Amino acid sequence: MGELRLMKGNEVIAEAAIRAGVDGYFGYPITPQSEVMETLMIRKPWEETGMVVLQAESEVASINMVYGGAACGKKVMTSSSSPGYSLMQEGLSYIAGAELPCVVVNVVRGGPGLGTIQPSQADYFQVTKGGGHGDYHVIALAPNSVQEMNDFVTLAFDLAFKYRTPVVILSDGAIGQMMEKVYLSDFVPRRTEEEIRKECGDWCTLGSKQHNYITSLELDSAIMEQRNLHLQKKYEDMQKEARYEEYMTEDAEYLFVAFGSASRICKKSIELAREKGIKVGLFRPITLYPFPSKQLYQLGTKMKGILSVEMNAGQMIEDVKLAVECKVPVEWAGRNGGIIPSPDEIVVALESKLIGGK
Amino acid sequence: MADIDIKDIIKEENIVYKKSSILLDKVMHYCPGCSHGVTHKLIAEVIEEMGIQDQTIGVSPVGCSVFAYNYLNVDFQEAAHGRAPAVATAIKRLLPDKYVFTYQGDGDLASIGAAEILHACNRGEHIVCIFVNNAIYGMTGGQMAPTTLVGMKTATTPYGRDVDRNGYPMKITELIAQLPGTCYVTRQSVETAAAVRKTKKAIRKAFENQRDKKGTSFIEVVSTCNSGWKVDPVKANKWMEDHMFKFYPLGDLKDSTRDNPADYEQYIKD
Amino acid sequence: MAKIKGAVVIDKELCKGCGLCIVACPANVLGHSGEVNGKGYDYVKMVNPDACVGCASCGTVCPDSVITVYKVKI
Ligand SMILES: Cc1ncc(C[n+]2csc(CCOP(=O)(O)OP(=O)(O)O)c2C)c(N)n1
Ligand code: SF4
Ligand code: SF4
Ligand SMILES: [Mg+2]
Repeated sequence: MGELRLMKGNEVIAEAAIRAGVDGYFGYPITPQSEVMETLMIRKPWEETGMVVLQAESEVASINMVYGGAACGKKVMTSSSSPGYSLMQEGLSYIAGAELPCVVVNVVRGGPGLGTIQPSQADYFQVTKGGGHGDYHVIALAPNSVQEMNDFVTLAFDLAFKYRTPVVILSDGAIGQMMEKVYLSDFVPRRTEEEIRKECGDWCTLGSKQHNYITSLELDSAIMEQRNLHLQKKYEDMQKEARYEEYMTEDAEYLFVAFGSASRICKKSIELAREKGIKVGLFRPITLYPFPSKQLYQLGTKMKGILSVEMNAGQMIEDVKLAVECKVPVEWAGRNGGIIPSPDEIVVALESKLIGGK
Repeated sequence: MADIDIKDIIKEENIVYKKSSILLDKVMHYCPGCSHGVTHKLIAEVIEEMGIQDQTIGVSPVGCSVFAYNYLNVDFQEAAHGRAPAVATAIKRLLPDKYVFTYQGDGDLASIGAAEILHACNRGEHIVCIFVNNAIYGMTGGQMAPTTLVGMKTATTPYGRDVDRNGYPMKITELIAQLPGTCYVTRQSVETAAAVRKTKKAIRKAFENQRDKKGTSFIEVVSTCNSGWKVDPVKANKWMEDHMFKFYPLGDLKDSTRDNPADYEQYIKD
Repeated sequence: MAKIKGAVVIDKELCKGCGLCIVACPANVLGHSGEVNGKGYDYVKMVNPDACVGCASCGTVCPDSVITVYKVKI
């Protein structure tokens, strides 16, 4: 294992990017994730690895810079928070349509509108259900610790290149801002131009005589349909990447389903509930797309009830209900607008919505 | 009274002008007489003459020239509407030794993409920007562009562009010439053989500036859109000469290198 | 005295008949053919071939690069 440090989640994203051999980062400041670019600027990776770090004029520009870099076969990324992530939807749709690999970190804050700078999970729909126009998906990884902020950078790039797709690290202001111990990944050198040509030479635009071009445009609808079917096939293949974690589910009669920060609160709630004799466990989706539906079905349908705990008004609950095919009662609990629910209020919700309410 | 038979003239060794080898064998989708075709060809000729085919990456816009990648035999990226300068910025930063150029229309560059072009030019990205200003949105059927002249009729200004309703025509090239990151800003045209040759020289200079890392080179090509203007190609050229050139005068606006960073450091020295 | 003679070959199937070359020619060599090609365009041809001086003005302004220009000194 790598070097042990005490770091903020956002800083770790920056450090992990340098260590993962990322070629370019393009960003625009927004709370609560500005430390990502600030850390990069302090670290000056261009002197160390040759990584490009550029402050763009907007998130519209930064995501299109990511498009340009990704189309060259480079490892490129950006980060933002909710309002900025909204602005990136056009670019993400183009990147998905042109089948380019890239990583986008969304450190979610409360919305809608300018909302609040406090942590939230209210971008669940925007990230997992598309966001931009057209039939596409992005892989969404939901870290719940600073360690996972580190680990998921490499994982995200691996998946991005494996499927030639955007991968979003869907974090939130709490994980971005919190300090924790983290084992940093070991340094991986940036790929040389030859290595990139070897890996991506049949499509990337590094300059060639073979006329590689990147586009999402196809005016012939018969061909466009084929392209869409190809994308859908890819999304089907991606289902095997579903990742999740189970916690205290062996004897559980009730189940919390929660991701990111909310899943951490749930672990405390489980302790409190079990003191009261309520057998509850946790199912934590790590990939929000692909959603671990099969695994949740197997576990969830054995429960007396499921509580989808979210820092939003109830978004993931739709996927939870679909996963268990509404065979068991599913309720929502949580807070929104930037408030993190307390472990107590989740237990109260479990009792009132599922146990007492039965 | 031909002293030589035409068959003896038409021989490989007597060719003085032919299609550039960088142009692919595809029929361009442009309307007859469209300025886009001429401008494409000049880029192709410059790339061919400089021998940089395998070192060049083009970025096409959304507009009639969206399919530029179908005609120019170099690696290409098709950008979202207006975003070509952001896309090109990343390509050039990541591949500093390659030649990167953008190709945009007036709607793409001066309207929806105004922020991206101004900031790329202000950063002094070492890229070439080709700006085809036909004063209209050709692709979507001839609506008003930021560059549409006052009084000009378009699909969205059917009684003529009116300042109170639609604002003023925008001389974005003049704005860009003010930016310290640009090294070469020029306005050219392609309606006569002489004009075409001048524009080609300008494009050549722009690519050489990129090679010499002088800053952003920006070439406006005042153009026609005979379909959008609803006149034939020959009349469109005449209309352009009579009206467009008065408002968009041809010539260099700037020819140097991007500003010296040292000149900007004095302000916070104490 | 050396004399310059030119000739052009216009790919009639690719010509869109826009007529820009006709106007560009200083020697009035070119004109519409009065016939249509496979795409339905009234393509351009040399109507006065003897006058061609091989200046390449026509090729230079052609948006579709369908004109090849030849020149000899005699
Ligand atoms: C986001 C977005 N908005 C609008 C359009 C529709 N659209 C396509 S091309 C175009 C204007 C192109 O005009 P210009 O850039 O002047 O190019 P021209 O066709 O005249 O060469 C518009 C508005 C689009 N494709 N994307
Ligand atoms: S609509 Fe205008 S700009 Fe587009 S191809 Fe036709 S003439 Fe050219
Ligand atoms: S080469 Fe010159 S003279 Fe000959 S047809 Fe073309 S424009 Fe006319
Ligand atoms: Mg236009």
